[in-house]
Amino acid sequence: MTSITSAQDRPVAALRTRGDNRARGGAPNHLISAGATPSETTAGTPQRNDPAGHARTVTLRIRRQDHPRSLPYWEQFRVRVSSGENVVSMLRKLRLDPVTSDGRRVGPVAFEHNCMEEVCGACAMLIDGRPRPSCSTLLSELGDLIQLEPLPKFPVVRDLMVDRARLFENLKRVRAWVRLDGAYDTHERAPRMSQKQWAADYLFSRCINCGVCAAACPQFPDGAGALEPQADGFVGPAALAQVRLLNAHPLGGYDKPDRLHAIMAEGGLSDCGNAQNCVRVCPKQIPLTSAIGELGRQTTVQVVKDLFGG
Amino acid sequence: MNKSGREVVVIGGGLGGLWATLTIAGSGHRVQLFSLFEVMRSHSACAQGGINAVLDTKGQHDNVQQHILDTLKGGSYLANQPPVKSMCEDAPGLIRTFERMGVTFSRTPEGLLDQRLFGGVKNKRTCFAGASTGQQLLAGVDQQVRRLEADGLVRKHEWWEFLGLVQDAGGVCCGIVAMDLRSLSVQTFRADAVVLASGGLGQLYAPQTTCSTNSTGAAASRVYQQGARFANAEFFQFHPTAMLGEDKTRLMSEAARGEGGRVWVPKDPTDRREPNRIPEAERYYFLEDWYPAYGNTVPRDIASRAIWRVCRELGQGIGGDDRVYLDLTHLDRDFVEARLGAILSIYRKFAGTDPVAEPMQIFPAAHYAMGGLWIDFEVDPAGGGIRPGSPRNHATNIPGLYACGECDYGYHGANRLGANSLLSASYSGRVAGEAVLSRLAGIERGADRLPDKTFDDAVHRQRTLNAELMANRGGDNAYELHQELGELMTTRVGVVRDNASLDRAAAELAELEQRAARIDLAETRPWANQTLAYARQVQDMIRLARVMAASARARDECRGAHYKPEFELPLPARRASGADDPEWQAYLERWRANNERWLKTSVAEHTPDGPRIGHEPVDLSVLPPAEPRDYR
Repeated sequence: MTSITSAQDRPVAALRTRGDNRARGGAPNHLISAGATPSETTAGTPQRNDPAGHARTVTLRIRRQDHPRSLPYWEQFRVRVSSGENVVSMLRKLRLDPVTSDGRRVGPVAFEHNCMEEVCGACAMLIDGRPRPSCSTLLSELGDLIQLEPLPKFPVVRDLMVDRARLFENLKRVRAWVRLDGAYDTHERAPRMSQKQWAADYLFSRCINCGVCAAACPQFPDGAGALEPQADGFVGPAALAQVRLLNAHPLGGYDKPDRLHAIMAEGGLSDCGNAQNCVRVCPKQIPLTSAIGELGRQTTVQVVKDLFGG
Repeated sequence: MNKSGREVVVIGGGLGGLWATLTIAGSGHRVQLFSLFEVMRSHSACAQGGINAVLDTKGQHDNVQQHILDTLKGGSYLANQPPVKSMCEDAPGLIRTFERMGVTFSRTPEGLLDQRLFGGVKNKRTCFAGASTGQQLLAGVDQQVRRLEADGLVRKHEWWEFLGLVQDAGGVCCGIVAMDLRSLSVQTFRADAVVLASGGLGQLYAPQTTCSTNSTGAAASRVYQQGARFANAEFFQFHPTAMLGEDKTRLMSEAARGEGGRVWVPKDPTDRREPNRIPEAERYYFLEDWYPAYGNTVPRDIASRAIWRVCRELGQGIGGDDRVYLDLTHLDRDFVEARLGAILSIYRKFAGTDPVAEPMQIFPAAHYAMGGLWIDFEVDPAGGGIRPGSPRNHATNIPGLYACGECDYGYHGANRLGANSLLSASYSGRVAGEAVLSRLAGIERGADRLPDKTFDDAVHRQRTLNAELMANRGGDNAYELHQELGELMTTRVGVVRDNASLDRAAAELAELEQRAARIDLAETRPWANQTLAYARQVQDMIRLARVMAASARARDECRGAHYKPEFELPLPARRASGADDPEWQAYLERWRANNERWLKTSVAEHTPDGPRIGHEPVDLSVLPPAEPRDYR
């Protein structure tokens, strides 16, 4: 079955724009909060892997798009899968011989994946309406009808591939780096750091730039229709978490005022609507909202410092 | 802004490529950086366990000389020694540099960098950032490169595939030809130096590999076909502890063994009980039994073969299958969680069981290429290492082409030590970058002076290849050909090898290469056509597989990861009892004679009839091989 649809066909999670959230008093998106988060389902009560395979047939509904400027359409496939599989392994199986449910042989579905270990961030997409990495989404968590769409908020390149260049432009906007004199040895021992601080910082260093938090954030501007990546509007939770991380580093702290001024500007911290979707969907369980809270305190202090010429 | 007016192209956005970029652009030269995807997504991110550097902060009297010895001995003395010496000496400085970048290395209670034990060594020497060290190191260098990008010194070409070099009439590399993976546009880019940092080639064994989908070796294969020599291709590491899977086999870091993990099988392979219900007395801890001195932390090749032997030769795998237990359940939960959190989360996510509560099930998988593009080095007579800044360091035999990271053959000999890969990727990227800087300083006529025709011809050649593939009908499916390649390599050029099987591999690969020329893409869309790029990779992977099979066939011995039982020199039944132990002396004689014949680098050169394999001497000037490996 193939039908040309408009963007209205996309689920609410994908379409929520800035403003919606404020109107609803910052209430979390119901689609995202309805189910358990990926972390809950995987870390909670582990299920035994079924070595026998426990094969079943699932119906796969995929939102396809041939070109950034062409209209999207849906195609449906039936795929035989075993319980140990994940969404990426299913898509890899499908590309061997893509035939739709009504028997038409079609071009392979374009999708991204590299590491298949949830560490490269490439394979994020919308699975049954929720943004998540597809490699770590086990089929045993999903029903017999699975719906796949490209990650919202970003321009579609083709099918399930999107252009996430904006994530990296945002890292530039917030100056997410330490200013080294040069990448050579300065023969000085690394600064000491308490285990407590390490443990707090490490959480934020695990960001894989998958874009899932941005996709779920009502305030992150919808650039899906943009042909060139936009670098304005809310910088998003991931970039803010990097500011939190680098501000805490003994050398990174030297440029803390610059980063704080960057996020005090338009599209910065104050654009966060406190929907808290980001922290619910982050596959790495990064405490994004804590980072945003901490940065709120840091910017307040910075405002006072600025007033008194500190 | 661009100090020299010279152009540099770097291919690959992993640790090696980013370090080269950082070194070159950090000196004020403009770099064009090419990557198949956003640079953060490279396979370097997958390295979990750590990075080696002697800091001697654990009261074990660790020293750099011991790191050099462990690296050389672990590699069965096949690595050229001056580069290894310099790498180990520079390792602590690299760690300090990473730390300044903001890498979150784990700390001791005193706030110092913590170090853990890794396989193949007796001292704690491995720095780590939780269990996601590769991702953390990559992020650190990525941030620095982004800073230089914001300063206009780095121009990223993400979503571009390297298709080949452009060479002038004298064979000098003067640029590259590459394809935009979205528009499929083929273009050339002039360069006075090209650094290839395209990573490993584990996809030749897919899906029995821990490598990412991009570790195809296709880029290295392309420059090999253009005349670059490929060295030690037969040396490929199989990681002993990978969890089983259909799409890939996921790595369980060696750190799991380093932190106290124990490998065992039920004494009775038909034992169907849950592992936790099998009493101690009915478990066989075969690594501890066979190698009492190192136990579970024996080097990877020994562990891989031991597991292979237990399952394939002794039929002792769990339930008679290809799997053994890797057990952490006897360790303190909080300790395990803090040290190994990331790898445990991978196991939980992908296997659906909790390794803290129940032993993991693992088997060896294709992991790391010790072999790679042949590279030069210049010895510093004063220190015995390599001369810093020499334009010869990391230069391939094609003038103007440099290689670093996993795609070169430089540091690991016949087998790589755990936690030396993040080190060699970073170090080699920096050294290659410094070599490029020296080369640029010596260039009088730049690539910008060359006639357009040289570049137009390269574009025409590549467009023709693409057009032919797009027009093919009725041939093989690229994805299925890749599966056949993976099965063939796993079976015939894998953990255990023999010549009859390698001869069959060579014939089968030649046939696969023929079929790959007639791949039917089954889609002809001129936009973001993933199958086109993939089909071209598969063609070049098969050509590289032929190099591996031919190099393996040409080496009749056992060394490191290359294991041909027919030519094994069995160790005496017990360790040497003294200098005059006659059995041990006789063994030493045989070992020395074998080294005389085989302690040589294999070098493959491309010919129209397939790879031609030769051998050249190894530089043993630092620590001549004095005694064989004995990890018992």
